[in-house]
Amino acid sequence: MSAPETKEMICISCPISCRMTVYEENDSIVVKGNKCARGKVYGEEEYLAPKRMVTCTVATDSEEFPRLPVRTTASIPKETIDELLQELYSLNIKLPVKRGTTLIENYHDTGVDVIATMTLPGRA
Amino acid sequence: MHERTYDVAVIGGGAAGMAAAVEVRRQGLSCAIVERENQLGGILMQCIHNGFGVQEFKKELSGPEFAEEFMDMVADAGTDVFLSTTVDSIEESEQGKELYCYSRKNGVVKLNAQAVILAMGCRERNRGNIRTPGTRPAGVFTAGLAQRLVNVEGYIPGKNVVIVGSGDIGLIMARRMTWVGAKVHGVVEIQPYPAGLTRNIVQCLNDFEIPLYLSHVVSRIEGKNRVEKVTVSPLVNGIPDEDQSFEIPCDTLLLSVGLVPENELSENAGVEISPITSGAVVDSTMMTSVPGIFSCGNVLHVHDLADYAAEEARRTGAYAVAWLQNKKPARQLRIKAGANVRYVSPGMINPELPDKLYLRTLIVKNNAQLVMKLNNNIVKERKLSHVQPSEMVSVKLTKKDVEDWHAESDSVLEVSVQ
Repeated sequence: MSAPETKEMICISCPISCRMTVYEENDSIVVKGNKCARGKVYGEEEYLAPKRMVTCTVATDSEEFPRLPVRTTASIPKETIDELLQELYSLNIKLPVKRGTTLIENYHDTGVDVIATMTLPGRA
Repeated sequence: MHERTYDVAVIGGGAAGMAAAVEVRRQGLSCAIVERENQLGGILMQCIHNGFGVQEFKKELSGPEFAEEFMDMVADAGTDVFLSTTVDSIEESEQGKELYCYSRKNGVVKLNAQAVILAMGCRERNRGNIRTPGTRPAGVFTAGLAQRLVNVEGYIPGKNVVIVGSGDIGLIMARRMTWVGAKVHGVVEIQPYPAGLTRNIVQCLNDFEIPLYLSHVVSRIEGKNRVEKVTVSPLVNGIPDEDQSFEIPCDTLLLSVGLVPENELSENAGVEISPITSGAVVDSTMMTSVPGIFSCGNVLHVHDLADYAAEEARRTGAYAVAWLQNKKPARQLRIKAGANVRYVSPGMINPELPDKLYLRTLIVKNNAQLVMKLNNNIVKERKLSHVQPSEMVSVKLTKKDVEDWHAESDSVLEVSVQ
């Protein structure tokens, strides 16, 4: 049996950037150095299956506002990011659009949506 | 000439300006925001990445969402907003201040106000500021300009990118450029430590295996019409070492080499500027050297987070209201930046009404200790688990902290980090 791997990581749940040590012990994951509960969740996830928020822009039908900023409503598995980006780059959103509008629902059954993060007007 | 009168005029409609104005309105005084762009929000509108609002709204938002939350508050508070309007000068008058502004729509506009809050934000340093030798081809952008091109206007400025400076905008753009299909070949940082927030190093560089060259400089930019390559040199004893230099072929160079508060307007109004922060010198109430002119947000000193700028601005709005109600501090003590501290903002403290202080360290250290001394006696200590120059430290002082300070009017509070 190989020795359980210890990972040094920096929590990115918030700007405090706690420096954490994460390792396996007796079939459970131990997170040390975190200052809050979000740090423990991040440490466990980053150890087993890292996830990231995705923010980008999509095309619109407007000349005045050619790009609409969007984001995922939660983090998604790192390895699915490229595919999501390709899907987002193929969209063309008809304005107007309100902040919070869902553009992609329940992406690949992850329970994560992609929403608009800016209110953009239609043609005046 | 268009003329309007308010209790308070706020110059700049970004995070700081909006937060200050909302506070002034909440306390019942009339208030106008003057904004140069055609919408409120300032630089937040191009910062499409997440990480905003954790402190202010207890949820993680993108820049535009954070801005729209404040825009809603500005509208609900009944704040007058002058968009596409530039302030040309601030003059003293018998009634208070006169702001001379101009806009395409209204021509010259004069705003009368009893108090003025400066919230104009900052500008990016550019190639001229870092004096990089070489030719002068197209393809050299500041990181914030590139961010605007990609996120707002929908242009991708290049395909093979090198980034100079590890400031947050540069790091964010390393990820952004990667996600739009460009190849980022490296980030070159002159200091031995990163200039940006740690979480940005993690998720914008490490995730994509983008090399970070610490203690390195771009010593030459080459290209006839467009950037063709840059020379990267390690610093040995502070000097670029030619023998260990290497070239990176690229078509685009993004500069993320710091921000400077935009204070031309303030200086012309007679406001004293600090050579360390490039922002106004302010007292414990965020008032500048000109009575009735206050300053907050990135035009005062460069903040790490919009949340901090908004928090500071809200207090500044309250201080401006208090000043108009003739509530002025009976006495204020000077704050001195001691060992390993670059600056403390504000530079004064009211011992009757202590408030929050922001400071930047000069050192990188784990398990550091913040020490406050009054007349060489330690009055407060606090553990800091990790400090680095790029991460602002905030210290909240309470009445309890200061109750046995026995401060004289010429006492100096020295803040140091060990």
